[in-house]
Amino acid sequence: MNLDYLDFEQPIAELEEKIQALDNIKDKVDIVNEMKALKVKSGALTKKIFSSLSDWQISQLARHPKRLYTLDYIPHVFDEFTELHGDRTYGDDHAIIAGIATLDAQPVMFIGQQKGRTTQEKLKHNFGMPRPEGYRKALRLMKLAEKFSMPIVTFIDTPGAYPGVGAEERGQSEAIAKNLFEMSTLATPIISVIIGEGGSGGALAIGVADITMMFKYSIYSVISPEGCASILYKDTTKASLAAESLKLTSTHLKEEGLIDIIIDEPLGGIHRDPSQSKVLLKKALTQELNKIKQLSIKQLLQNRQEKLLSFGRFKD
Amino acid sequence: MSWLEKILPSITSVAKKNIPEGLWNKCPKCETTLYSQELKALNGVCPQCDYHMRLTARVRIDGFLDKQGQEEIAADLSAVDPLKFKDQKKYKDRYLQAQKTTHEKDALVVKTGTLNGIKVVVAAFEFKFMGGSMGSVVGEKFVRAAKISIKTNAPLICFSASGGARMQEGLFSLMQMSKTALMIKLLSDKKVPFISILTDPTMGGVSASFAMLGDVHIAEPNALIGFAGPRVVEQTVCESLPKGFQRSEFLLEKGAIDMIVHRSELRTQVHKILSAMTFNND
Repeated sequence: MNLDYLDFEQPIAELEEKIQALDNIKDKVDIVNEMKALKVKSGALTKKIFSSLSDWQISQLARHPKRLYTLDYIPHVFDEFTELHGDRTYGDDHAIIAGIATLDAQPVMFIGQQKGRTTQEKLKHNFGMPRPEGYRKALRLMKLAEKFSMPIVTFIDTPGAYPGVGAEERGQSEAIAKNLFEMSTLATPIISVIIGEGGSGGALAIGVADITMMFKYSIYSVISPEGCASILYKDTTKASLAAESLKLTSTHLKEEGLIDIIIDEPLGGIHRDPSQSKVLLKKALTQELNKIKQLSIKQLLQNRQEKLLSFGRFKD
Repeated sequence: MSWLEKILPSITSVAKKNIPEGLWNKCPKCETTLYSQELKALNGVCPQCDYHMRLTARVRIDGFLDKQGQEEIAADLSAVDPLKFKDQKKYKDRYLQAQKTTHEKDALVVKTGTLNGIKVVVAAFEFKFMGGSMGSVVGEKFVRAAKISIKTNAPLICFSASGGARMQEGLFSLMQMSKTALMIKLLSDKKVPFISILTDPTMGGVSASFAMLGDVHIAEPNALIGFAGPRVVEQTVCESLPKGFQRSEFLLEKGAIDMIVHRSELRTQVHKILSAMTFNND
Protein backbone atom coordinates (compact mmCIF):
# COMPACT_ATOMS: atom_id res chain seq x y z
CA MET A 1 0.00 0.00 0.00
CA ASN A 2 1.26 3.43 -1.00
CA LEU A 3 1.02 5.68 2.06
CA ASP A 4 0.96 8.83 -0.06
CA TYR A 5 -2.44 7.75 -1.33
CA LEU A 6 -5.73 7.44 0.56
CA ASP A 7 -7.50 4.07 0.56
CA PHE A 8 -9.96 5.06 -2.17
CA GLU A 9 -7.04 6.35 -4.27
CA GLN A 10 -5.20 2.99 -4.19
CA PRO A 11 -6.41 1.74 -7.62
CA ILE A 12 -5.08 5.00 -9.10
CA ALA A 13 -1.81 4.53 -7.20
CA GLU A 14 -1.34 1.07 -8.67
CA LEU A 15 -1.80 2.31 -12.20
CA GLU A 16 0.50 5.26 -11.60
CA GLU A 17 3.17 2.91 -10.27
CA LYS A 18 2.93 0.82 -13.43
CA ILE A 19 3.25 3.95 -15.57
CA GLN A 20 6.27 4.99 -13.54
CA ALA A 21 7.87 1.56 -13.96
CA LEU A 22 7.35 1.70 -17.71
CA ASP A 23 8.70 5.22 -17.79
CA ASN A 24 11.92 3.97 -16.20
CA ILE A 25 12.57 1.49 -19.01
CA LYS A 26 11.23 3.52 -21.93
CA ASP A 27 14.69 4.11 -23.38
CA LYS A 28 15.31 0.39 -23.72
CA VAL A 29 12.01 -0.77 -25.17
CA ASP A 30 9.43 0.91 -27.36
CA ILE A 31 6.38 1.15 -25.14
CA VAL A 32 4.96 4.52 -26.08
CA ASN A 33 1.60 3.13 -27.02
CA GLU A 34 1.30 1.02 -23.95
CA MET A 35 2.12 3.99 -21.73
CA LYS A 36 -0.37 6.18 -23.51
CA ALA A 37 -3.08 3.59 -22.99
CA LEU A 38 -2.27 3.25 -19.31
CA LYS A 39 -2.33 7.03 -18.84
CA VAL A 40 -5.76 7.23 -20.45
CA LYS A 41 -6.92 4.41 -18.22
CA SER A 42 -5.55 6.14 -15.13
CA GLY A 43 -7.27 9.39 -16.09
CA ALA A 44 -10.58 7.64 -16.65
CA LEU A 45 -10.30 5.76 -13.37
CA THR A 46 -9.54 8.96 -11.47
CA LYS A 47 -12.47 10.68 -13.11
CA LYS A 48 -14.72 7.82 -12.15
CA ILE A 49 -13.61 7.69 -8.54
CA PHE A 50 -13.76 11.48 -8.17
CA SER A 51 -17.19 11.81 -9.76
CA SER A 52 -18.87 10.26 -6.74
CA LEU A 53 -16.77 11.09 -3.70
CA SER A 54 -18.48 10.77 -0.35
CA ASP A 55 -18.26 13.64 2.15
CA TRP A 56 -15.94 11.50 4.24
CA GLN A 57 -13.61 10.92 1.27
CA ILE A 58 -13.58 14.68 0.67
CA SER A 59 -12.69 15.18 4.34
CA GLN A 60 -9.75 12.84 3.83
CA LEU A 61 -8.65 14.71 0.70
CA ALA A 62 -8.81 18.00 2.63
CA ARG A 63 -6.24 16.48 4.99
CA HIS A 64 -4.31 14.55 2.35
CA PRO A 65 -0.64 14.18 3.34
CA LYS A 66 0.43 15.52 -0.06
CA ARG A 67 -2.01 18.43 -0.21
CA LEU A 68 -0.34 21.82 -0.60
CA TYR A 69 0.16 23.90 2.54
CA THR A 70 0.32 27.67 3.01
CA LEU A 71 4.10 27.81 2.58
CA ASP A 72 3.86 25.85 -0.69
CA TYR A 73 1.60 28.53 -2.15
CA ILE A 74 3.28 31.73 -0.96
CA PRO A 75 6.18 31.89 -3.47
CA HIS A 76 3.88 31.11 -6.40
CA VAL A 77 0.80 33.16 -5.55
CA PHE A 78 2.59 36.31 -4.35
CA ASP A 79 5.33 38.22 -6.13
CA GLU A 80 6.97 39.15 -2.87
CA PHE A 81 6.60 38.18 0.75
CA THR A 82 8.13 39.73 3.86
CA GLU A 83 7.34 37.71 6.94
CA LEU A 84 6.55 39.60 10.16
CA HIS A 85 6.76 37.96 13.55
CA GLY A 86 5.33 37.97 17.05
CA ASP A 87 2.39 39.21 19.07
CA ARG A 88 4.52 41.78 20.99
CA THR A 89 3.38 40.25 24.26
CA TYR A 90 4.30 36.64 24.62
CA GLY A 91 5.86 35.02 21.57
CA ASP A 92 5.83 34.06 17.91
CA ASP A 93 3.50 31.24 16.94
CA HIS A 94 4.70 29.32 13.88
CA ALA A 95 1.26 27.79 13.31
CA ILE A 96 0.42 31.14 11.75
CA ILE A 97 2.64 32.61 9.04
CA ALA A 98 2.04 36.31 8.41
CA GLY A 99 3.53 39.27 6.65
CA ILE A 100 3.34 41.76 3.82
CA ALA A 101 2.86 40.22 0.40
CA THR A 102 2.34 41.52 -3.11
CA LEU A 103 -0.50 40.11 -5.15
CA ASP A 104 -0.53 41.29 -8.75
CA ALA A 105 1.35 44.48 -7.76
CA GLN A 106 -1.09 45.18 -4.88
CA PRO A 107 0.41 45.05 -1.37
CA VAL A 108 -1.69 42.91 0.95
CA MET A 109 -1.39 41.65 4.50
CA PHE A 110 -1.12 37.89 4.35
CA ILE A 111 -2.07 35.59 7.24
CA GLY A 112 -2.09 31.82 6.86
CA GLN A 113 -2.11 28.66 8.94
CA GLN A 114 0.71 26.21 8.28
CA LYS A 115 0.55 22.50 9.15
CA GLY A 116 4.03 21.23 8.26
CA ARG A 117 4.96 18.15 6.24
CA THR A 118 7.90 16.40 7.89
CA THR A 119 7.76 15.42 11.56
CA GLN A 120 10.14 18.24 12.39
CA GLU A 121 8.02 20.78 10.50
CA LYS A 122 4.84 19.46 12.04
CA LEU A 123 6.28 20.05 15.50
CA LYS A 124 7.55 23.51 14.58
CA HIS A 125 4.17 24.57 13.22
CA ASN A 126 2.25 22.61 15.88
CA PHE A 127 0.30 20.71 13.19
CA GLY A 128 -1.33 24.00 12.19
CA MET A 129 -3.01 24.46 15.56
CA PRO A 130 -2.50 28.07 16.68
CA ARG A 131 -2.08 29.20 20.26
CA PRO A 132 -3.42 32.52 21.56
CA GLU A 133 -0.21 34.33 20.57
CA GLY A 134 -0.78 33.20 16.98
CA TYR A 135 -4.22 34.77 16.89
CA ARG A 136 -2.87 37.88 18.59
CA LYS A 137 -0.07 38.15 16.02
CA ALA A 138 -2.72 37.86 13.31
CA LEU A 139 -4.81 40.60 14.93
CA ARG A 140 -1.83 42.90 15.36
CA LEU A 141 -1.04 42.61 11.67
CA MET A 142 -4.67 42.97 10.62
CA LYS A 143 -4.80 46.27 12.52
CA LEU A 144 -1.63 47.25 10.73
CA ALA A 145 -3.29 46.45 7.41
CA GLU A 146 -6.25 48.63 8.35
CA LYS A 147 -3.92 51.45 9.32
CA PHE A 148 -2.09 51.39 5.99
CA SER A 149 -5.10 50.52 3.81
CA MET A 150 -3.88 47.10 2.76
CA PRO A 151 -6.40 44.39 1.93
CA ILE A 152 -6.08 41.22 4.01
CA VAL A 153 -5.73 37.73 2.55
CA THR A 154 -5.97 34.73 4.87
CA PHE A 155 -5.36 31.04 4.15
CA ILE A 156 -7.18 28.65 6.47
CA ASP A 157 -5.81 25.17 7.12
CA THR A 158 -6.15 23.99 10.70
CA PRO A 159 -7.62 21.08 12.65
CA GLY A 160 -8.56 23.73 15.24
CA ALA A 161 -7.12 26.05 17.86
CA TYR A 162 -4.64 24.21 20.08
CA PRO A 163 -6.29 22.61 23.12
CA GLY A 164 -3.29 22.78 25.45
CA VAL A 165 -2.76 23.83 29.07
CA GLY A 166 -0.68 26.90 28.19
CA ALA A 167 -3.10 27.94 25.46
CA GLU A 168 -5.95 27.87 27.97
CA GLU A 169 -3.89 29.72 30.58
CA ARG A 170 -3.10 32.49 28.11
CA GLY A 171 -6.73 32.91 27.07
CA GLN A 172 -7.40 30.91 23.90
CA SER A 173 -11.10 31.85 24.08
CA GLU A 174 -10.41 35.53 24.50
CA ALA A 175 -7.89 35.56 21.65
CA ILE A 176 -10.35 33.99 19.22
CA ALA A 177 -13.24 36.15 20.43
CA LYS A 178 -11.19 39.33 20.07
CA ASN A 179 -10.38 38.51 16.44
CA LEU A 180 -14.06 37.95 15.62
CA PHE A 181 -14.87 41.23 17.37
CA GLU A 182 -12.27 43.29 15.50
CA MET A 183 -12.61 41.62 12.11
CA SER A 184 -16.35 42.28 12.04
CA THR A 185 -15.76 45.99 11.47
CA LEU A 186 -12.14 46.18 10.32
CA ALA A 187 -12.00 48.93 7.70
CA THR A 188 -10.20 47.07 4.92
CA PRO A 189 -11.23 44.24 2.56
CA ILE A 190 -10.77 40.71 3.91
CA ILE A 191 -10.59 37.64 1.66
CA SER A 192 -10.31 34.17 3.20
CA VAL A 193 -9.48 30.95 1.42
CA ILE A 194 -9.95 27.54 2.98
CA ILE A 195 -7.12 25.62 1.35
CA GLY A 196 -7.56 22.38 3.29
CA GLU A 197 -9.15 22.04 6.68
CA GLY A 198 -11.35 24.72 8.24
CA GLY A 199 -11.48 23.54 11.84
CA SER A 200 -14.11 25.38 13.87
CA GLY A 201 -13.33 28.47 15.96
CA GLY A 202 -9.65 28.03 15.23
CA ALA A 203 -10.41 28.65 11.55
CA LEU A 204 -13.04 31.36 12.01
CA ALA A 205 -10.61 33.41 14.12
CA ILE A 206 -8.86 34.40 10.86
CA GLY A 207 -11.92 33.79 8.67
CA VAL A 208 -14.42 36.60 9.23
CA ALA A 209 -14.30 37.87 5.66
CA ASP A 210 -15.99 39.83 2.89
CA ILE A 211 -15.34 36.94 0.52
CA THR A 212 -14.86 33.35 1.65
CA MET A 213 -13.47 30.92 -0.91
CA MET A 214 -12.94 27.21 -0.62
CA PHE A 215 -10.93 24.83 -2.70
CA LYS A 216 -13.34 22.20 -3.99
CA TYR A 217 -12.12 19.36 -1.76
CA SER A 218 -11.63 21.44 1.38
CA ILE A 219 -13.84 21.19 4.42
CA TYR A 220 -15.17 23.78 6.85
CA SER A 221 -16.93 22.60 9.97
CA VAL A 222 -18.07 23.46 13.48
CA ILE A 223 -16.38 20.29 14.72
CA SER A 224 -14.17 17.61 13.16
CA PRO A 225 -15.96 14.46 11.99
CA GLU A 226 -13.96 12.53 14.60
CA GLY A 227 -14.89 14.94 17.41
CA CYS A 228 -18.53 14.84 16.41
CA ALA A 229 -18.50 11.04 16.27
CA SER A 230 -16.89 10.78 19.67
CA ILE A 231 -19.57 13.00 21.25
CA LEU A 232 -22.70 11.86 19.44
CA TYR A 233 -21.84 8.23 18.74
CA LYS A 234 -19.32 7.76 21.57
CA ASP A 235 -17.22 6.13 18.85
CA THR A 236 -14.55 7.86 16.73
CA THR A 237 -14.75 5.15 14.07
CA LYS A 238 -18.15 6.58 13.13
CA ALA A 239 -16.37 9.66 11.71
CA SER A 240 -17.54 8.85 8.18
CA LEU A 241 -21.17 8.98 9.31
CA ALA A 242 -20.56 12.24 11.15
CA ALA A 243 -18.90 13.73 8.05
CA GLU A 244 -22.07 13.07 6.04
CA SER A 245 -24.28 14.65 8.72
CA LEU A 246 -22.18 17.78 9.20
CA LYS A 247 -22.52 19.03 5.58
CA LEU A 248 -18.95 20.30 5.66
CA THR A 249 -18.04 20.25 1.95
CA SER A 250 -17.69 23.26 -0.33
CA THR A 251 -20.73 22.23 -2.39
CA HIS A 252 -23.06 22.03 0.62
CA LEU A 253 -21.76 25.28 2.10
CA LYS A 254 -22.05 27.17 -1.17
CA GLU A 255 -25.66 26.02 -1.51
CA GLU A 256 -26.44 27.38 1.94
CA GLY A 257 -24.76 30.70 1.19
CA LEU A 258 -22.18 30.15 3.94
CA ILE A 259 -19.28 30.55 1.52
CA ASP A 260 -19.05 32.61 -1.68
CA ILE A 261 -16.76 30.90 -4.17
CA ILE A 262 -15.53 27.39 -4.88
CA ILE A 263 -12.09 27.17 -6.49
CA ASP A 264 -11.93 24.13 -8.73
CA GLU A 265 -9.21 21.52 -8.20
CA PRO A 266 -7.30 19.61 -10.89
CA LEU A 267 -8.51 16.07 -11.65
CA GLY A 268 -7.66 13.90 -8.65
CA GLY A 269 -7.24 16.86 -6.28
CA ILE A 270 -4.63 19.53 -5.62
CA HIS A 271 -1.84 17.04 -4.91
CA ARG A 272 -2.11 15.50 -8.38
CA ASP A 273 -1.24 18.79 -10.07
CA PRO A 274 0.31 21.31 -7.67
CA SER A 275 1.40 23.89 -10.24
CA GLN A 276 -2.05 24.05 -11.82
CA SER A 277 -3.56 24.45 -8.34
CA LYS A 278 -1.32 27.40 -7.55
CA VAL A 279 -2.35 29.07 -10.80
CA LEU A 280 -6.05 28.51 -10.03
CA LEU A 281 -5.68 30.02 -6.57
CA LYS A 282 -3.76 33.05 -7.80
CA LYS A 283 -6.33 33.68 -10.51
CA ALA A 284 -9.29 33.47 -8.13
CA LEU A 285 -7.61 35.71 -5.56
CA THR A 286 -6.58 38.38 -8.06
CA GLN A 287 -10.02 38.45 -9.62
CA GLU A 288 -11.86 38.87 -6.32
CA LEU A 289 -9.40 41.36 -4.91
CA ASN A 290 -9.80 43.59 -7.95
CA LYS A 291 -13.56 43.40 -7.61
CA ILE A 292 -13.73 44.15 -3.93
CA LYS A 293 -11.27 47.05 -4.17
CA GLN A 294 -13.92 48.91 -6.16
CA LEU A 295 -16.21 49.15 -3.14
CA SER A 296 -16.03 52.13 -0.80
CA ILE A 297 -15.06 51.20 2.77
CA LYS A 298 -18.50 52.28 3.93
CA GLN A 299 -20.21 49.97 1.45
CA LEU A 300 -17.77 47.18 2.24
CA LEU A 301 -18.51 47.35 5.96
CA GLN A 302 -22.24 47.55 5.43
CA ASN A 303 -22.13 44.46 3.21
CA ARG A 304 -20.01 42.61 5.75
CA GLN A 305 -22.40 43.46 8.55
CA GLU A 306 -25.44 42.36 6.59
CA LYS A 307 -23.70 39.16 5.63
CA LEU A 308 -22.71 38.27 9.21
CA LEU A 309 -26.22 38.99 10.45
CA SER A 310 -27.78 36.86 7.71
CA PHE A 311 -26.10 33.64 8.91
CA GLY A 312 -28.61 31.40 10.66
CA ARG A 313 -31.88 29.59 9.98
CA PHE A 314 -34.83 29.76 12.38
CA LYS A 315 -38.58 30.11 12.67
CA ASP A 316 -39.92 33.43 13.95
CA MET B 1 -35.82 -4.97 55.00
CA SER B 2 -34.94 -3.25 58.26
CA TRP B 3 -36.41 -4.42 61.56
CA LEU B 4 -38.55 -1.29 61.69
CA GLU B 5 -40.09 -1.96 58.30
CA LYS B 6 -40.77 -5.54 59.40
CA ILE B 7 -42.69 -4.33 62.39
CA LEU B 8 -44.37 -1.36 60.79
CA PRO B 9 -44.58 -2.01 57.04
CA SER B 10 -47.65 0.13 56.52
CA ILE B 11 -46.27 3.20 58.25
CA THR B 12 -43.01 3.39 56.30
CA SER B 13 -44.65 2.91 52.94
CA VAL B 14 -47.19 5.59 53.72
CA ALA B 15 -44.47 7.92 54.88
CA LYS B 16 -42.55 7.40 51.60
CA LYS B 17 -45.61 8.15 49.52
CA ASN B 18 -46.28 11.34 51.41
CA ILE B 19 -42.97 12.96 50.58
CA PRO B 20 -43.59 14.97 47.42
CA GLU B 21 -40.79 14.82 44.90
CA GLY B 22 -38.34 17.66 45.00
CA LEU B 23 -39.09 18.67 48.56
CA TRP B 24 -35.53 17.86 49.50
CA ASN B 25 -32.33 18.41 47.53
CA LYS B 26 -28.88 17.06 48.06
CA CYS B 27 -25.86 19.32 47.60
CA PRO B 28 -23.75 17.66 44.87
CA LYS B 29 -20.56 18.72 46.66
CA CYS B 30 -20.99 18.21 50.41
CA GLU B 31 -24.07 15.96 50.08
CA THR B 32 -25.96 17.80 52.80
CA THR B 33 -29.69 17.29 52.46
CA LEU B 34 -31.35 20.65 51.99
CA TYR B 35 -34.93 21.76 52.19
CA SER B 36 -35.95 22.88 48.66
CA GLN B 37 -37.74 26.04 49.78
CA GLU B 38 -34.69 27.14 51.74
CA LEU B 39 -32.39 26.36 48.81
CA LYS B 40 -34.61 28.39 46.51
CA ALA B 41 -34.47 31.36 48.85
CA LEU B 42 -30.68 31.05 48.78
CA ASN B 43 -30.65 31.12 44.95
CA GLY B 44 -29.35 27.59 44.75
CA VAL B 45 -26.27 28.13 46.92
CA CYS B 46 -25.57 25.43 49.52
CA PRO B 47 -25.65 27.02 53.01
CA GLN B 48 -23.16 24.41 54.25
CA CYS B 49 -20.36 24.56 51.66
CA ASP B 50 -21.27 27.55 49.44
CA TYR B 51 -21.51 25.37 46.34
CA HIS B 52 -23.23 27.27 43.52
CA MET B 53 -25.71 24.92 41.85
CA ARG B 54 -26.75 25.42 38.25
CA LEU B 55 -29.91 27.50 37.80
CA THR B 56 -32.47 27.45 35.03
CA ALA B 57 -32.47 30.51 32.77
CA ARG B 58 -35.78 31.72 34.13
CA VAL B 59 -34.92 31.34 37.82
CA ARG B 60 -31.66 33.12 37.00
CA ILE B 61 -33.30 36.14 35.37
CA ASP B 62 -36.22 36.33 37.81
CA GLY B 63 -33.83 36.43 40.73
CA PHE B 64 -31.62 39.03 39.09
CA LEU B 65 -34.00 41.64 37.68
CA ASP B 66 -36.34 43.79 39.77
CA LYS B 67 -39.66 41.98 40.17
CA GLN B 68 -41.67 44.69 38.39
CA GLY B 69 -41.52 45.38 34.66
CA GLN B 70 -39.87 42.24 33.31
CA GLU B 71 -40.68 41.61 29.68
CA GLU B 72 -39.53 38.70 27.57
CA ILE B 73 -38.42 39.29 23.98
CA ALA B 74 -38.15 37.01 20.94
CA ALA B 75 -39.83 34.26 22.96
CA ASP B 76 -41.19 32.42 19.93
CA LEU B 77 -38.01 31.84 17.93
CA SER B 78 -37.36 28.16 17.31
CA ALA B 79 -35.00 26.01 15.25
CA VAL B 80 -35.60 24.59 11.76
CA ASP B 81 -33.01 21.80 11.45
CA PRO B 82 -31.26 23.23 8.36
CA LEU B 83 -29.02 20.17 7.87
CA LYS B 84 -31.69 17.51 8.52
CA PHE B 85 -29.08 16.35 11.00
CA LYS B 86 -29.14 12.81 12.23
CA ASP B 87 -26.82 10.79 14.42
CA GLN B 88 -28.18 8.00 16.57
CA LYS B 89 -31.15 10.31 17.07
CA LYS B 90 -32.61 12.97 14.82
CA TYR B 91 -31.88 16.57 15.77
CA LYS B 92 -35.61 17.22 15.44
CA ASP B 93 -36.38 14.61 18.08
CA ARG B 94 -33.64 15.78 20.42
CA TYR B 95 -34.95 19.31 20.01
CA LEU B 96 -38.56 18.42 20.79
CA GLN B 97 -37.41 16.38 23.76
CA ALA B 98 -35.39 19.34 25.08
CA GLN B 99 -38.41 21.62 24.67
CA LYS B 100 -40.53 19.16 26.57
CA THR B 101 -38.18 18.72 29.51
CA THR B 102 -37.19 22.37 29.89
CA HIS B 103 -40.43 24.08 28.80
CA GLU B 104 -38.24 26.46 26.79
CA LYS B 105 -38.23 27.05 23.03
CA ASP B 106 -34.43 27.03 22.82
CA ALA B 107 -31.34 27.52 24.99
CA LEU B 108 -31.45 31.29 25.55
CA VAL B 109 -34.00 33.43 27.40
CA VAL B 110 -33.94 37.21 26.97
CA LYS B 111 -35.79 39.78 29.04
CA THR B 112 -35.82 43.53 29.41
CA GLY B 113 -36.31 45.01 32.85
CA THR B 114 -34.57 46.98 35.54
CA LEU B 115 -31.81 46.32 38.04
CA ASN B 116 -32.36 48.53 41.09
CA GLY B 117 -33.98 50.97 38.71
CA ILE B 118 -31.37 50.89 35.90
CA LYS B 119 -32.89 49.80 32.59
CA VAL B 120 -31.13 46.66 31.35
CA VAL B 121 -31.42 43.80 28.86
CA VAL B 122 -30.63 40.38 30.31
CA ALA B 123 -29.93 37.14 28.44
CA ALA B 124 -29.48 33.81 30.21
CA PHE B 125 -28.58 30.37 28.92
CA GLU B 126 -30.68 27.32 29.72
CA PHE B 127 -28.01 24.68 30.18
CA LYS B 128 -30.57 21.88 30.35
CA PHE B 129 -31.57 22.66 26.77
CA MET B 130 -29.06 20.57 24.79
CA GLY B 131 -26.19 21.67 27.01
CA GLY B 132 -26.96 25.34 26.45
CA SER B 133 -25.54 24.93 22.95
CA MET B 134 -25.57 27.91 20.59
CA GLY B 135 -27.35 27.42 17.29
CA SER B 136 -29.15 29.84 14.99
CA VAL B 137 -31.90 30.63 17.53
CA VAL B 138 -29.53 31.43 20.37
CA GLY B 139 -27.45 33.60 18.04
CA GLU B 140 -30.44 35.48 16.71
CA LYS B 141 -31.94 36.03 20.17
CA PHE B 142 -28.61 37.42 21.32
CA VAL B 143 -28.55 39.75 18.31
CA ARG B 144 -32.03 41.01 19.13
CA ALA B 145 -31.11 41.55 22.76
CA ALA B 146 -28.06 43.58 21.68
CA LYS B 147 -30.14 45.57 19.20
CA ILE B 148 -32.54 46.62 21.97
CA SER B 149 -29.57 47.57 24.11
CA ILE B 150 -28.18 49.74 21.33
CA LYS B 151 -31.53 51.33 20.60
CA THR B 152 -32.49 52.08 24.20
CA ASN B 153 -29.00 52.62 25.59
CA ALA B 154 -29.71 49.89 28.14
CA PRO B 155 -26.69 47.87 29.32
CA LEU B 156 -26.59 44.23 28.20
CA ILE B 157 -25.96 41.50 30.73
CA CYS B 158 -25.48 37.89 29.72
CA PHE B 159 -25.37 34.83 31.98
CA SER B 160 -23.49 32.14 30.04
CA ALA B 161 -23.88 28.43 30.69
CA SER B 162 -23.04 26.46 27.59
CA GLY B 163 -21.01 23.60 26.21
CA GLY B 164 -20.37 25.61 23.04
CA ALA B 165 -21.70 25.62 19.48
CA ARG B 166 -24.60 23.32 18.57
CA MET B 167 -23.01 20.85 16.19
CA GLN B 168 -26.38 19.65 14.89
CA GLU B 169 -26.60 22.93 12.97
CA GLY B 170 -23.15 22.54 11.43
CA LEU B 171 -21.46 25.66 10.11
CA PHE B 172 -24.57 27.73 10.82
CA SER B 173 -23.78 27.43 14.52
CA LEU B 174 -20.11 28.33 14.02
CA MET B 175 -21.26 31.50 12.28
CA GLN B 176 -23.22 32.52 15.39
CA MET B 177 -19.84 33.25 16.92
CA SER B 178 -19.00 36.00 14.44
CA LYS B 179 -22.61 37.19 14.37
CA THR B 180 -22.75 37.73 18.14
CA ALA B 181 -19.21 39.16 18.26
CA LEU B 182 -20.26 41.76 15.66
CA MET B 183 -23.13 42.86 17.92
CA ILE B 184 -20.78 43.33 20.87
CA LYS B 185 -18.55 45.44 18.61
CA LEU B 186 -21.51 47.64 17.64
CA LEU B 187 -22.56 47.86 21.29
CA SER B 188 -19.03 48.81 22.24
CA ASP B 189 -18.83 51.47 19.51
CA LYS B 190 -22.02 52.99 20.95
CA LYS B 191 -20.46 52.84 24.45
CA VAL B 192 -23.28 50.76 25.88
CA PRO B 193 -21.95 48.50 28.67
CA PHE B 194 -21.84 44.74 28.26
CA ILE B 195 -21.36 42.71 31.42
CA SER B 196 -20.52 39.06 30.82
CA ILE B 197 -21.34 36.77 33.72
CA LEU B 198 -19.71 33.39 33.35
CA THR B 199 -21.44 30.56 35.14
CA ASP B 200 -20.78 26.84 35.24
CA PRO B 201 -19.93 25.81 32.53
CA THR B 202 -18.95 28.30 29.80
CA MET B 203 -16.99 26.54 27.06
CA GLY B 204 -16.16 26.37 23.35
CA GLY B 205 -17.92 28.62 20.88
CA VAL B 206 -19.75 30.60 23.53
CA SER B 207 -16.65 31.33 25.57
CA ALA B 208 -14.69 32.05 22.34
CA SER B 209 -17.18 34.69 21.22
CA PHE B 210 -19.33 37.17 23.15
CA ALA B 211 -18.78 35.65 26.62
CA MET B 212 -15.12 36.74 26.55
CA LEU B 213 -15.91 40.16 25.07
CA GLY B 214 -17.43 41.79 28.12
CA ASP B 215 -16.45 45.24 29.35
CA VAL B 216 -16.34 43.43 32.66
CA HIS B 217 -16.08 39.67 33.19
CA ILE B 218 -17.68 38.31 36.33
CA ALA B 219 -17.55 34.62 37.19
CA GLU B 220 -19.44 32.64 39.80
CA PRO B 221 -17.25 30.67 42.20
CA ASN B 222 -15.79 27.42 40.89
CA ALA B 223 -17.36 27.68 37.42
CA LEU B 224 -15.70 25.72 34.59
CA ILE B 225 -14.67 28.25 31.94
CA GLY B 226 -12.48 27.60 28.92
CA PHE B 227 -12.13 26.92 25.22
CA ALA B 228 -11.41 23.19 25.00
CA GLY B 229 -12.99 20.80 27.48
CA PRO B 230 -10.67 19.50 30.22
CA ARG B 231 -10.85 15.94 28.86
CA VAL B 232 -9.75 17.06 25.40
CA VAL B 233 -6.88 19.05 26.89
CA GLU B 234 -5.84 16.09 29.03
CA GLN B 235 -5.81 13.77 26.01
CA THR B 236 -3.83 16.30 23.97
CA VAL B 237 -1.08 16.98 26.47
CA CYS B 238 -1.04 13.42 27.89
CA GLU B 239 -0.47 14.55 31.44
CA SER B 240 -2.70 15.36 34.38
CA LEU B 241 -4.02 18.90 34.52
CA PRO B 242 -2.96 21.51 37.08
CA LYS B 243 -5.16 21.77 40.16
CA GLY B 244 -8.23 23.93 39.65
CA PHE B 245 -7.56 24.10 35.88
CA GLN B 246 -10.19 26.17 34.02
CA ARG B 247 -12.05 27.04 37.21
CA SER B 248 -13.03 30.65 38.02
CA GLU B 249 -10.28 31.02 40.64
CA PHE B 250 -7.69 29.81 38.09
CA LEU B 251 -8.95 32.28 35.48
CA LEU B 252 -8.82 35.15 37.97
CA GLU B 253 -5.22 34.23 38.74
CA LYS B 254 -4.37 34.14 35.00
CA GLY B 255 -6.01 37.51 34.37
CA ALA B 256 -8.89 36.36 32.20
CA ILE B 257 -11.70 37.68 34.42
CA ASP B 258 -12.22 40.76 36.57
CA MET B 259 -13.76 39.18 39.64
CA ILE B 260 -15.49 36.25 41.22
CA VAL B 261 -18.77 37.20 42.81
CA HIS B 262 -20.92 35.17 45.17
CA ARG B 263 -24.43 34.73 43.81
CA SER B 264 -25.98 36.61 46.72
CA GLU B 265 -23.83 39.65 45.87
CA LEU B 266 -24.38 39.67 42.10
CA ARG B 267 -27.19 42.21 41.93
CA THR B 268 -25.33 44.64 44.16
CA GLN B 269 -22.03 44.27 42.31
CA VAL B 270 -23.43 44.60 38.81
CA HIS B 271 -25.52 47.58 39.88
CA LYS B 272 -22.47 49.27 41.34
CA ILE B 273 -20.49 48.80 38.12
CA LEU B 274 -23.33 49.88 35.85
CA SER B 275 -24.01 52.96 38.00
CA ALA B 276 -20.44 54.08 37.41
CA MET B 277 -20.51 53.25 33.71
CA THR B 278 -23.76 55.12 33.11
CA PHE B 279 -23.06 57.97 35.57
CA ASN B 280 -22.29 60.56 32.89
CA ASN B 281 -25.04 59.50 30.52
CA ASP B 282 -27.71 62.02 29.67
